[in-house]
Amino acid sequence: MASDTALGGRDLLARLAEDRRARRRWFRGKFALVWLVLIGGLLVLLSATGNIDPDWYREWGPYILEGTGTTLVICVTSIIFATGLALLGAFGRLSPRPVVYSVASLYVSLVRGTPLLVQLYFVYYGLPEIGIVLPGLTAGIIAVSFNYGAYMTEIFRAGIQAVPRGQREAAEALGMPERLIMRRIVLPQAVRIVIPAIGNEFIAMIKDSALVSTISVTELLWRARRVGTREFRTLQAMLLAALVYWVLTIIFSYFQERLERRMARSDR
Amino acid sequence: MGAAAGVIVRVEGVHKYFGENHVLRGIDLDVARGEAVMLVGRSGSGKTTLLRCINFLEEPTVGTIEVDGFRVEADPLGRRGRRHKEEIRQIRLRAGMLFQDFNLFPHMTVLQNCIEAPMRVRRMARDEAIALAERYLDKVGLNDKIHEHPARLSGGQKQRTAIARALCMEPKVLMFDEPTSALDPELIGEVLKVMEDLAHEGTTMIVVTHEMHFAREAADRIVFMEEGQIVEQGAPDEILNKPRDPRTQQFLRRFLESGGPGGAD
Repeated sequence: MASDTALGGRDLLARLAEDRRARRRWFRGKFALVWLVLIGGLLVLLSATGNIDPDWYREWGPYILEGTGTTLVICVTSIIFATGLALLGAFGRLSPRPVVYSVASLYVSLVRGTPLLVQLYFVYYGLPEIGIVLPGLTAGIIAVSFNYGAYMTEIFRAGIQAVPRGQREAAEALGMPERLIMRRIVLPQAVRIVIPAIGNEFIAMIKDSALVSTISVTELLWRARRVGTREFRTLQAMLLAALVYWVLTIIFSYFQERLERRMARSDR
Repeated sequence: MGAAAGVIVRVEGVHKYFGENHVLRGIDLDVARGEAVMLVGRSGSGKTTLLRCINFLEEPTVGTIEVDGFRVEADPLGRRGRRHKEEIRQIRLRAGMLFQDFNLFPHMTVLQNCIEAPMRVRRMARDEAIALAERYLDKVGLNDKIHEHPARLSGGQKQRTAIARALCMEPKVLMFDEPTSALDPELIGEVLKVMEDLAHEGTTMIVVTHEMHFAREAADRIVFMEEGQIVEQGAPDEILNKPRDPRTQQFLRRFLESGGPGGAD
């Protein structure tokens, strides 16, 4: 076509596309470079103070890193329980029955109105006084699950309410009973709506799980603090722990993004 | 259950209030088997509310609804509780409903939309439900879209899918609530064509519509409503050509002035 001659024999559209790709590559290149410079610079500065000892990492790094497993166990188990609690909570918050509604509302209000740290202490240090003694890990999972279940209750409630009313009406008009409508029509659509928010909760939970170190669960932070303080290497220990939390959240963000994109595609 | 022979839908003394607002003021209406009844009237006249009262998407404040011999009295205070819910479900199994904005289930394909209720409500076997769905999707001309999600369909295709979905429950009457009002003008025809075919095949239907041309072609009876009451009813020819009531006359005159059918509402 005409563009061939006008642009020195190359097709205009192909050139534009190539140009767009080049710009994107350039942007990404700069992005990586800036991060490398900033992070590298920070590490160089810290090493320059003479407080970073690679040998110490070789010796104690693996011990700290082992805590990652426990951190993940806490998070994965808690997100499962929290999701279950949140579903129940959401049904309760949407129930026309006053007792059910009140119980669910009390749960949300109480748990959201008190610090997670207090809840952890209550379960681990408080409950033994009335004869309920739980191992640290169990106590931690219970407290974190209840805590996140309350926040997620409101997310699920909003998600269920965000499903257009016409969906419910169409299902009712087909003679579907209430439970079936919820299970087959409303919930699947609500889940799509809340997935980004649930992903954010999970990422927040990865970081909040560090609080469980205060009830002597030997997860990531607990180990880092222990060897750090003992050997006066807290700076190094915390650097490593921070790095692990950071990498974990990056990994989960990545999966969350992919999941979101896949769900968006099937709706299109 | 005491239905007059051949009457599929009977509305008796139905009133509906929304708060203080008296929307339906004593409606009596019989629809015979095989009859196509079109409800017309200006917006706010209560046509849609009447339709929604028939399958209890709105609970009538007073009155009785009977569909295919199954009679249900209004229970606005919920006195009959769960029993009333089951009665309503029985009515809904007999009366299919189409909506202005289709309300297809977006997370299911066209086929899944059609087999969901037959399988889970009518307890049909999957193969059987699929065969049924394929038959009705073929009838509305969508056999090539069976595995698409609704988001990939045009408005006309969506409404035709919704019609197939309703037909799969094999209801005694199909109720349409302004089925073409949300459609682009060039897509209205394909939906009206399907509805016309259904009417000519003897499907019992009640249609709220502003498409006067369609009403003339497909209706056995036109019911004109105004301020929550039925003002006038009769054969299309009678109502559209020589309306007796001044309110009907005025309504039709305005319709002709505004360029006839297709006025958005």
